[in-house]
Amino acid sequence: MEIKSMHFKANASATLANVVLQGNLKNAKGKFVTKRAEAIKDLDDFEGTRDAATAIRNKVIDNLDLWLECFERKALDTGAKVFWAKDGAEVCRLVTEIARSHGVTKVTKSKSMLSEEAGLNQALEAAGIQPVETDLGEYILQVDNNEPPSHIIAPAVHKSLDDVADLFHKVHGTPRKTEIPALTREAREVLRGHFLSAEMGLSGGNFLVAETGSVALVTNEGNGRMVTTMPHVHVVITGIEKVIPTLEDLSTLMRILPRSATGQSISNYFSILTGVKKPEEHDGPEHLYFILVDSGRADVVGTDFHAMLRCIRCGACMNHCPVYQTIGGHAYGWVYPGPMGSVLTPLYAGMENSIDLPHAATLCNQCGIVCPVSIPLPDLLRKLREKQTERGLRPLTERIGLRVWAWVAQRPKLYALGASLGVRYLKWLAGDTDRIRLLPTAPEWSLGRDFPAPQGKTFRELYAARQTRKGATT
Amino acid sequence: MSSREDILGRVRVGLNRSATNAAAGRAEMAAALSNRSHGPKPAIDSNPQALLARFRIKSEQQSSTVDIVAQDSDVPVAVERYLTAMKLPKAAVAWPSLAPLDWVGAGLKVEGRGARDADLVGITGCFCAVAETGTLMLCSSPDTPAAVSLLPETHIAIVSASRILAYMEDAWTLARKELGVLPRAVNFISGPSRTGDIEQTIVLGAHGPYRVHLVIVES
Repeated sequence: MEIKSMHFKANASATLANVVLQGNLKNAKGKFVTKRAEAIKDLDDFEGTRDAATAIRNKVIDNLDLWLECFERKALDTGAKVFWAKDGAEVCRLVTEIARSHGVTKVTKSKSMLSEEAGLNQALEAAGIQPVETDLGEYILQVDNNEPPSHIIAPAVHKSLDDVADLFHKVHGTPRKTEIPALTREAREVLRGHFLSAEMGLSGGNFLVAETGSVALVTNEGNGRMVTTMPHVHVVITGIEKVIPTLEDLSTLMRILPRSATGQSISNYFSILTGVKKPEEHDGPEHLYFILVDSGRADVVGTDFHAMLRCIRCGACMNHCPVYQTIGGHAYGWVYPGPMGSVLTPLYAGMENSIDLPHAATLCNQCGIVCPVSIPLPDLLRKLREKQTERGLRPLTERIGLRVWAWVAQRPKLYALGASLGVRYLKWLAGDTDRIRLLPTAPEWSLGRDFPAPQGKTFRELYAARQTRKGATT
Repeated sequence: MSSREDILGRVRVGLNRSATNAAAGRAEMAAALSNRSHGPKPAIDSNPQALLARFRIKSEQQSSTVDIVAQDSDVPVAVERYLTAMKLPKAAVAWPSLAPLDWVGAGLKVEGRGARDADLVGITGCFCAVAETGTLMLCSSPDTPAAVSLLPETHIAIVSASRILAYMEDAWTLARKELGVLPRAVNFISGPSRTGDIEQTIVLGAHGPYRVHLVIVES
């Protein structure tokens, strides 16, 4: 997917000014938060389960090469084929080649964020192969001119019932429906035909199980089951970091993933798929391919951002993020929004393309607290800010400003003079009150809140006075 | 260099891979695969009656409906009763493994085969069930095709009370013991298919069944 994160500020401002979108976001806000809070209650030991999940993910990413080799060996034993892709272009080439080798004209897709990263739909279309998104949210976006998703779990969360009603009326040419069940039924009927006629199904993978060479899929709609059961070819595209050791580990992670994502104790469907159909079986694919994708992941191993590879893509960080709740997912400009996206986008799509993302956070640590695999997201965002400075990626004004500040700060007398002038200026601005309604030097800062007024003297002046008093008493 | 070697090579660089730490890593991996350690689990009373009670409550919370019968031979009548009450057709596709039950005697036309688009009712058994979450575990095979629980709008599942286990971990232990290797598809099913993709409003019957009815056999 083409990265637009460099336009973050403009896009975030446009979102804030869009009344309809603000209404949709306000409507969505908090639903996932409430459901998650309820769902974690019935685990007797949520924090213990979270620690266990963190340990499982660490175990694998700390020896990722060995676990990948183990998974590959097992998967080959089951009759699957395993390919590796360095980047999105290689994903597109491999999928297209597999499709061509089986004479495929239509591919049904279960939700895969990696296919969004790779821009796979456009590549398939260019090769004359029809990609059909079958997750309801992804389908809504695909028929709306391939609009990008705004949430990793609920891709169309920014759309209202009215938006979908208008869209389906337009694309399906059916009478406009106003009830959500009727719209869902309409999509079901359109997509059923595709499920039965597609020659190839394509899915992501929530986990790869090293013990058995299986892929595990967490779904609710049943579309994941359809695309992995009906066509005779199944292609799994998944990041190299998704391996977990055993089926028991899968059970531990399943206690925590659906709860963190949608607030369910378990998703409606949880499918563990291993190998290919036997000749006497009625259904299932005859050919199973895994494409293990790097796209920036390998270079994160062992770096300051290693912990990010634990991510299980639940979306809890964005659901709880005050910035995401206000601007929605599109403003972030790439596949992954919210706090996890603000870390992943610079790492996978280029730090220079996403300068504003690590700053699009209040560092309130709501994300860090809810992360089911304990990723210290605010620390990683702060670390990215440091990297930007090290690489000289910050804007010229900021760099000059910091240099001037550093120069002054190294000269105590000058610093004291500057601080005392500044404090007195702010005090004068506040007048008789203890707050400043509008900061002339940074008006945006004080548009939504008051600036607290300093109480007359600087810290250094107060400290010096106190030392003098102390001297007088002893 | 192949992409595989390139990717694994960069992972190894990131991990400072050496002969020594590779040996240590392999030992850790072997231990993880043989220990199969469990994470914390919510406390569940493992008394059979308690498991049945919990499974029933959790299944109903997942929007499944539940009927309990005494023995296998009562199943066809229970299925007929449900279909009549729901005003559903008296014809169904079933797992070939269930074909021997006396469906005709209960006034039902049941065919044991793989599922087709036109099938409105699908009848399956299950490998076992998990009380923790009210979940069925279905394993695919020639006698137990996966699509029977997926294509029809109504899914009726027969559950032996004796195969209701406390946790998913218990299901893996049972699968290793009875099946050896995993079948092509293990599907854990917890109620009818659903979506919340429009305004986060839950709608039942997205792409799979609109309703799941469980017939639990006590003996």
